[in-house]
Amino acid sequence: MTTAHEHDRQDVPPAERAAALERLLMEKGIVDEKLIDAIVDRFTEKVGPRKGARLVARAWLDPGFKQRLLADGKAAAAELGIGGPEGELAVVESSEKLHNVVVCTLCSCYPWSVLGLPPRWYKSPEYRARMVREPRTLLREMGLDLPEDTEVHVWDSSAEKRYMVLPLRPSATEGLGEDDLAALVTRDSMVGVSRL
Amino acid sequence: MHDLGGKDGFGPVVVEEEEPVFHEDWEGRVFAMAGLARATCGFGTPQFRHAIERMRPAAYLAASYYERWLTALATLVVEKQVVSAADLDQEVGGTFALSGPVRAAPLGAAGPDLTEPRFSVGDAVRVRVAHPRGHTRCPGYVRGRRGVVVRYDGPCNFDDVEAHAEGKRVEPLYCVRFQGADLFGQDSEPNSVVYADLFDSYLEAR
Repeated sequence: MTTAHEHDRQDVPPAERAAALERLLMEKGIVDEKLIDAIVDRFTEKVGPRKGARLVARAWLDPGFKQRLLADGKAAAAELGIGGPEGELAVVESSEKLHNVVVCTLCSCYPWSVLGLPPRWYKSPEYRARMVREPRTLLREMGLDLPEDTEVHVWDSSAEKRYMVLPLRPSATEGLGEDDLAALVTRDSMVGVSRL
Repeated sequence: MHDLGGKDGFGPVVVEEEEPVFHEDWEGRVFAMAGLARATCGFGTPQFRHAIERMRPAAYLAASYYERWLTALATLVVEKQVVSAADLDQEVGGTFALSGPVRAAPLGAAGPDLTEPRFSVGDAVRVRVAHPRGHTRCPGYVRGRRGVVVRYDGPCNFDDVEAHAEGKRVEPLYCVRFQGADLFGQDSEPNSVVYADLFDSYLEAR
């Protein structure tokens, strides 16, 4: 049965629908303008992949921290004051012979607390459909051509855990300190669609 | 339509350089409103996800990401009787598209917690074949497939129940490893492994 509200076509532009919904929810006291502004500000200004990059740099420099990060990502992140209500963190380590990549086939699960909100491509039907079935092909299309003997491990974030990749440390970075190392770490390397 | 893992027919992934967190103001406001309304209207993440999943398939694929959030939020506040569909239509001066109805039967009470894991790390398991009408976190492409338990996460809130019951209950949660060939046969890629996090009741011994 199809009701008038189940149109395939959504005629009123989303910006207008969103504004209408906001007016009605404000009227009913369901949402508050200041709180909306604060949340938008937090997710645009305060969370983002620099937090994940700090974890990566620390793990490269401190084997004890790396061990704790791989064993319990949430607890290790909390050591650096990084955390939030967005769920459990699992960190998976890539090496020369094993490459990890993260996807959410059912929706858009992503480690907000360490990477911020996901980019559009991560949430796209193309990425979600293809990464589990043809990871090598898709990674190649996205610019990462893995050798045939490198295993590809795809992590489908289907329940509690939010996955982050600990990328392989690039060569010729031996003398660098934590800040310089962190500056090398990209968001895409922590999702696993690129290497450093 | 949301259960996309392994579906064919999708083309290249389009990557936007230097992408903003929100492309338009309304996206951030919908994101924020959804978070606030969860608390004030009393719905959880499973209900919210299910409201997205209830969009008609063609509408789901045609909508942008935050348009899905907008549709789900509007659907839930109508179902919670905070506003009516007529109010929404009147406010936009047209039809405010909503998701379809819940098709699974209500569960009533959530039932007792399941806290004893039936499986251990290293156990060979098979994902049960099922085709629920309601919300589930068991991806379609692993159902019926053989895997191995590689991690036990303890009892965790079971989304499938929370989406349709009056309360919540926990269930043991595992990470299960699948060989690419066990999922996609001769069409899989060599040296590929997929992990999915799966609740106890999705699994059976093999």
